[in-house]
Amino acid sequence: MAGPISWQLATVTAIRDETPTVRSLTLRLPTWSGHRPGQHVDLRLTAEDGYSVERSYSIASEPERADVVEITVERIDDGEVSPFLDDVVVVGDRIELRGPIGGYFVWEAPLGGPLLLVAGGSGVVPLMAMLRHRSHAGAPVSARLLCSSRHFEEIIYREELDHLVSNADGLKVFHTLTRSQPPGWSGFARRIDERMLAEVLEPFGISARAYLCGPTALVETAANVLVRLGMPPDRVRTERFGPSGT
Amino acid sequence: MTERFVTRGFEGRRGPKDAGQADVASRIPPGQYLTTDFPVLSAGPTPRTPLDRWSFSMDGLVHQPVGWTWESFLALPSRDWTVDISCVTKWTKLDMRWRGVSVDTLFEHVDLDPTAAFAIAWSDGGYTTNLPLEDILNGQAFVAFEYDGKPLSPEHGGPARLVVPGRYFWKSAKWVRGLRIQSRDEPGFWESLGYHNRGDQWLEERYSGD
Amino acid sequence: MTDDPGTEPTQDDVLDGNASAGPLSAAFGMDMTAVPGKCAHCGAVHMVAELRAYVRAPGTILRCPICEGIVLRIVETDEATYIDARGAAYLRFERR
Repeated sequence: MAGPISWQLATVTAIRDETPTVRSLTLRLPTWSGHRPGQHVDLRLTAEDGYSVERSYSIASEPERADVVEITVERIDDGEVSPFLDDVVVVGDRIELRGPIGGYFVWEAPLGGPLLLVAGGSGVVPLMAMLRHRSHAGAPVSARLLCSSRHFEEIIYREELDHLVSNADGLKVFHTLTRSQPPGWSGFARRIDERMLAEVLEPFGISARAYLCGPTALVETAANVLVRLGMPPDRVRTERFGPSGT
Repeated sequence: MTERFVTRGFEGRRGPKDAGQADVASRIPPGQYLTTDFPVLSAGPTPRTPLDRWSFSMDGLVHQPVGWTWESFLALPSRDWTVDISCVTKWTKLDMRWRGVSVDTLFEHVDLDPTAAFAIAWSDGGYTTNLPLEDILNGQAFVAFEYDGKPLSPEHGGPARLVVPGRYFWKSAKWVRGLRIQSRDEPGFWESLGYHNRGDQWLEERYSGD
Repeated sequence: MTDDPGTEPTQDDVLDGNASAGPLSAAFGMDMTAVPGKCAHCGAVHMVAELRAYVRAPGTILRCPICEGIVLRIVETDEATYIDARGAAYLRFERR
């Protein structure tokens, strides 16, 4: 049965380094009927002897970019798949993919806002799809992104986020750097906590829609805080990624 | 299985099968790869039964059920075991050093009913696995409380786990609390959901129907 | 997400039902992450995406975020996907 749940062969058409440990792959698919911001794809890698592994990657690109899917991969040094995607894959390679997958962790402009996005490390990827979509759709939805990274150089999409903010269309981005900060840093400099979330959430109030993505501990802490601050649980959506650096 | 697309250049996290001597390769069951670390696999939160509430019991088709507290369990004869372990998720680790009590020793303390044929190992957290008695007697299984010279950590099944080296590692029940002896077989946690009932790694008995 | 405030955050290698979205989608023919299910142990209702996923195992175990009882068990063998849904008192599929 053809459709989103079948495996198909994607071709790598572009590779872009985002940070020293993160790169984005652009994939073209033979049949793709679009996706919703926040959904992901599964990749399947198979060795000659039949050994295979699967991994899920959030789609970073907006649905308005038809026919391609961009994923953003953080290199985990002792990982099984990310070093392969980082070291071995080149433009022209083909990779098995199925998707788009997911329906819970999705935001589209008609859902409205205001939109509160909280990211830890590579958890920013699905949220970026939402922000790219928001920009392309011209959605009149206020949005705030709180993004946690370890170091300044590791902030994924930093320049593009600056650019989106410079459009002055109701998006604000807050960064917190948890391990080191460059001289003159004026952003947050600690792990996400109640005080930080309360400050970021304050202008929106508890009627916001929140999407939280990143390592489990960060996501659960943030979700618990937002509910404690009065947000209805059904307006706080979460997606936990595996252990990574934040 | 239909022919699978092979991903150019992908090997996966596996050591070369013929690293070192040929006899190493012969110790790796079919479809397995060698690992040097000790992966933690778990189906749920790690149980943490305090030792003063821990017990190990043997019941079911035995004349008299028997149980040990932690102190009395450690007082049983124990020995060192060095064994190769294979997990159905495809990693194999050689020469793992354990210390524990042979299952034979435990069976010395019970009188089996003549119809006794199977042992259901059950654990804190609800896990179960089933083994025919002939798979766990005669030196084939032990209850380990030390790994690599140190008390078995909770992540790896401590304070005590069953170890059955001749079967995929899912049969080596972590956080084991007892063996229930039965005349009829009863597929355990994974055996009831698509995994093989016996799990002999040398016959590559991974899934039911293998 | 858990509505149990004051709990210690779960370890980073515990994920959520989003991690099973692909296999569940392939088995059920539709997205399952937004499907609510009632825990057969404690009665709490959560969407599949909100269940705690233990994926480092021979299969995936989805547990109730309130009581940690098993709601769904998923095994993918060479040939088939097995799903044990006994831990779900119900799964709710909204008709449009």
